[in-house]
Amino acid sequence: MSTEHVPDLIRFEAVTKRFGGKLVLDQLGFHVAPGAHVTLIGPSGSGKTTILRLLMTLAKPDEGKIFVDGEYLTHELKRDKLVSASEKHIRRVRKKIGMVFQHFNLFPNMRVLRNVTEGPVHVLGLPQEEADARAKELLDMVGLADKYDAYPSQLSGGQRQRVAIARALAMRPKVLLLDEVTSALDPELVAGVLDLLRDIARTTDLTMVCVTHEMKFARDISDTVFMFDGGKIIESGPPEQIFTAPTNERTRKFLGTVL
Amino acid sequence: MTWSWDVAAAFLPELLAGLRTTVVLTALGAVVAFTLGLVWVLALRSSSRCLRWPVAGFVELVRNTPLLVQLFLFFYVLPSAGIQFSRSTTGVLALGVHYSTYTAEVYRAGIEAVPAGQWEAAIAIGLSRTRTWLGVILPQAIRRVLPALGNYVIAMLKDSPLLALIGVADMLQHARAHGASTFQYVEPYTMVGIAFIVISYPAALLVRALERRLVY
Amino acid sequence: MTTGLWIHWFLPGILITLELTVCGAALAAVIAFIAGVGRSARHPLVRFAAGLYVEVFRGTSALVLMFWLFFVVPLAFHVQLLPMWAAVLALGLSYGAYGAEVVRGAIAAVPAGQREAAIALSFTPAQQLRRVILPQALPEMIPSFTNLLIELLKGTALVSAVSVADVSFAAQLARLATGESLQIYAIVLLIYFVLAFAITRGMRVLELRTKASVGQLSTMEIAR
Repeated sequence: MSTEHVPDLIRFEAVTKRFGGKLVLDQLGFHVAPGAHVTLIGPSGSGKTTILRLLMTLAKPDEGKIFVDGEYLTHELKRDKLVSASEKHIRRVRKKIGMVFQHFNLFPNMRVLRNVTEGPVHVLGLPQEEADARAKELLDMVGLADKYDAYPSQLSGGQRQRVAIARALAMRPKVLLLDEVTSALDPELVAGVLDLLRDIARTTDLTMVCVTHEMKFARDISDTVFMFDGGKIIESGPPEQIFTAPTNERTRKFLGTVL
Repeated sequence: MTWSWDVAAAFLPELLAGLRTTVVLTALGAVVAFTLGLVWVLALRSSSRCLRWPVAGFVELVRNTPLLVQLFLFFYVLPSAGIQFSRSTTGVLALGVHYSTYTAEVYRAGIEAVPAGQWEAAIAIGLSRTRTWLGVILPQAIRRVLPALGNYVIAMLKDSPLLALIGVADMLQHARAHGASTFQYVEPYTMVGIAFIVISYPAALLVRALERRLVY
Repeated sequence: MTTGLWIHWFLPGILITLELTVCGAALAAVIAFIAGVGRSARHPLVRFAAGLYVEVFRGTSALVLMFWLFFVVPLAFHVQLLPMWAAVLALGLSYGAYGAEVVRGAIAAVPAGQREAAIALSFTPAQQLRRVILPQALPEMIPSFTNLLIELLKGTALVSAVSVADVSFAAQLARLATGESLQIYAIVLLIYFVLAFAITRGMRVLELRTKASVGQLSTMEIAR
């Protein structure tokens, strides 16, 4: 791995992951600097969503280690030896990571405000008033100031995704994972969500890791684009380079079909 | 067809007394069934085999064998183990335990129908397992299966006459007692039969209406 | 438990239980098909009559019905029913009502295009039912029928309350004779459990056969 002036916020070390018999990630090495905005692109099954799921501990790597903000996510130090992390350790490190899902996954049995305050109250231990205040601030920011008391079923897809973004931000994570967050939206609602994310990228120092098919959006917000294929990174670089003059044949082919 | 309205009128107060007992005992049985069913389903989802297998075996055994036999087992065996319950309590327990094996299955289906994305979102904001169950999963699962639970309450109501066989003073027992002392069987038994239909049919309609309204 | 109890009460009792289950199931099946088809019929009067039967008998308690047939029918209608047949009638009427709902649901689940094709071929309604609709509805019904059959098996225990000598009745006698309640009831529970298991297996075989006859077997089922 190349040396960095600042320590990595996220680092994958020789991570391998198989689903069934299929090799989805192959000895993957990958790193993200603090405050960076990174986009993962590539064909389906190339492993890019798996990276997000591994970071969010929705799956465990078969081999290798994952490092987040100064310590290992998947392993812990026990008497100076690195061993597989305990549930408690994973939960603690995972708090620094937030995720927005393709299908929103809002809690249908809670109103919008409670969806956003549930985490802060029960995980961060905030008193209810403080959590409510924080939630309202975020909901105002995402443009849903009049929807505190609505149920998710009463909102449009774009509105639900914005609540999901507010819910993730309410936990004040260091890293925000975005898993194809506009793929399930009707076309006319996509722009609203992307504009919101562009604002967040511009105005905060949140580290963002996106998986997306929206190439213009990727070009707008990313510092670095990683092209995945067959469980490996086949090319990486700044968006201007990747999108206009990719060096890898497969990258060219993929972008040819998508752009 | 021999029918005497006088006899029917004479039996009416006993019918109503028995009706009250029937409804109360069914309600208590339902409470037991709903609570125990939840216990079973959580045990069946635990990662410990020592918990899963005995519970699974117990649930299968109770669900596939007659309530009548279980009722008698409770009634005759418990006292010799030193536990002396009243007839009503024994009846409620037998009814509740038997139907808890059905509600466990209902809960299981409801829990499995909650989309995987809900679990993932809960993990993503770091909710503890307890919090995820109490705040996210169970509210959704239970709401989904309320109609099925309602149907089982109606089934319990119709099985409650079995308690008369251990002497509990429900509607059937009042009819039997009345018949034994006055030799008038026609009116009491017919009235009891009609009473069950009169309660069950509206209840079934209610559950069907509930089914239509509970769409997320 | 002595062998005497086994020979005189339990083994005959098991036979009676099986007899009740089979006869009750046969009656229930016949009623279920008539009422289920009736509920799906076009004539409103037929639908209403079938519906009335289903709603009334789904609302009755099987035990109360059994007592009614046993005590009231002889007195009110001056007809003497043998206990065995009163029991079979009670079971058939009660479970037939539930079965009717299963039949109705399965018929409704057959794609509408099937009936339309049958009409296009000039099948009479009876032919449509017999040759096209029911064969396709049958595999759909079997899982629910399996559950009902097990419920019916459990329901046969109620006959012991009107002194029919089934397995549960034998258990009561044995308890009075020996006082070993736990042992006796545990054995009886096991007997019912084994019977229920046999029913589940048998119905599974039936399900595979009916599915094969309408080409609905999945590749997994064929492989097995």
